Amino acid sequence: MNTSFDYAEIMETIHMVSDENLDVRTITMGISLMDCADTDVKKAARKVYDKICLKAKDLVKTGEEISRDFGIPIVNKRISVTPIALMAASSRCEDYVIFAKALDAAAKEVGVNFLGGFSALVHKGMTESDEKLIRSIPRALAETDCVCASVNIGSTKAGINMDAVYTMGKTVRETAERTKDNGSLGCAKLVIFCNVPEDNPFMAGAFHGVGEPEVVINTGVSGPGVVRNALKNHPDLDLGQMAELIKKTAFKITRMGELVAREASLRLGVPFGIVDLSLAPTPANGDSVAEILEALGLERCGGPGTTAALAMLNDAVKKGGSMASSYVGGLSGAFIPVSEDAGMIRAVNEGVLKLEKLEAMTAVCSVGLDMITVPGDTTAETIAAIIADEAAIGMINNKTTAVRVIPAVGKSEGDMVEFGGLLGSGPVMSVSQSKADVFVRRGGRIPAPIKSLNN
Amino acid sequence: MKRIIITVVGQDKVGITAKITQVIAECNVNILDINQTLLQDIFTMVMLCDIEECNVDFDIFQQKLEDVGREIAMKIHAQKEEIFSYMHRI
Repeated sequence: MNTSFDYAEIMETIHMVSDENLDVRTITMGISLMDCADTDVKKAARKVYDKICLKAKDLVKTGEEISRDFGIPIVNKRISVTPIALMAASSRCEDYVIFAKALDAAAKEVGVNFLGGFSALVHKGMTESDEKLIRSIPRALAETDCVCASVNIGSTKAGINMDAVYTMGKTVRETAERTKDNGSLGCAKLVIFCNVPEDNPFMAGAFHGVGEPEVVINTGVSGPGVVRNALKNHPDLDLGQMAELIKKTAFKITRMGELVAREASLRLGVPFGIVDLSLAPTPANGDSVAEILEALGLERCGGPGTTAALAMLNDAVKKGGSMASSYVGGLSGAFIPVSEDAGMIRAVNEGVLKLEKLEAMTAVCSVGLDMITVPGDTTAETIAAIIADEAAIGMINNKTTAVRVIPAVGKSEGDMVEFGGLLGSGPVMSVSQSKADVFVRRGGRIPAPIKSLNN
Repeated sequence: MKRIIITVVGQDKVGITAKITQVIAECNVNILDINQTLLQDIFTMVMLCDIEECNVDFDIFQQKLEDVGREIAMKIHAQKEEIFSYMHRI
């Protein structure tokens, strides 16, 4: 029996947690609701509530026990469910808000802070159920606290459903209006995707895909502060050596996520799905992806060099993380949500980081235009055009992209909007005044791209 | 054997080890290995312990250590060993 231990390794872990904000960002339980379908809408909603309460009854308690045993903070316990547009298709009703309320009540009953899956997949076209769900989104988000909605409007194989894109532009606007007394907060719970992953544990875009098992445990790790400090402690390395350092750090972060996921899976008796190896920032001081880019040598995130630095960071995180986990999935990469990252906010306020640069950054990193606050008078057409641009990047590059944009009603460029908690506070960013109304209103589908003849 | 790691960090003073090992002994926890260093005035101690025969639940043991930590103004963590081995080794 080996009774020795490595003192330096132990103190490194302790230091990462106590001084560098290392945490497991989320344990997310995916629950299939396929068996909850019922023509009677009230019965269906009741089945949804009962199933979530049954399957997730020990989720929060188990998360807290694991956190205590290993001394690792597990910040969020969450749930993702089958896209409601699929589950609800056989119910005879026009309004799906009843399902959102059932989800919200179940989330509160089991004590999770968010539940994702008020979702529809419409990349090629909409069913009647998809249409009903999307029509219900603004009210669902205004009248619930924990429910998150997402809609997939494009994919590399199907192209981009521009009718759905325009509909989502209008849906974002209506959601903003309905939650205007609350900083248009509803929009922070609504993500529009291209190439959406079916096992993402992160909100607001999580849902439980149709290829997933009955119940599953996925985890999302975090740790921008750890990576930033590792780089800051070695300021004289060249970029190859820095990439190596990021890989090693990402490995350690992901191992922790893997251990927590396996332990949660064991204790809950639920299969382990994936670890999402992401660098997810928080508004906390030092827990910033922008500051990693600055530690690589940029004066400010958003200036020239940002896309290259982010590409390197994202790739190194994936390389290190994929060695550390047997199953990697979800979004996996660096997140760049503006309102949740103190370094991004500073860069926007200083006029260095613009919407257009963020769009370029999304071509090389995880997800997309995330938690971006735009002026309250931004039109549905302009929002739809932003969604289309972002979806095009995802479609052509074979990657997930998403838009979570908040047109903050009554606010204009330079104002700050408070969302609270992990969602942070967003500086209202400038949007080009050039109109894309005619393009967006044409509708139809942008055909799927050819994947040969590359240039 | 159920192995845990106890770490103690803080300003050096008289009686740190005595106070902490007293709690450990009271709970019938066996110490397998100890490493202690002093860097400037910062005291750091890492202990590998076996809680197989511990006479209280692990969370209560953790609480007792936290209480004594507060009393002598030291940060004390007790964590299952796997987190360290898993994080740094394949």
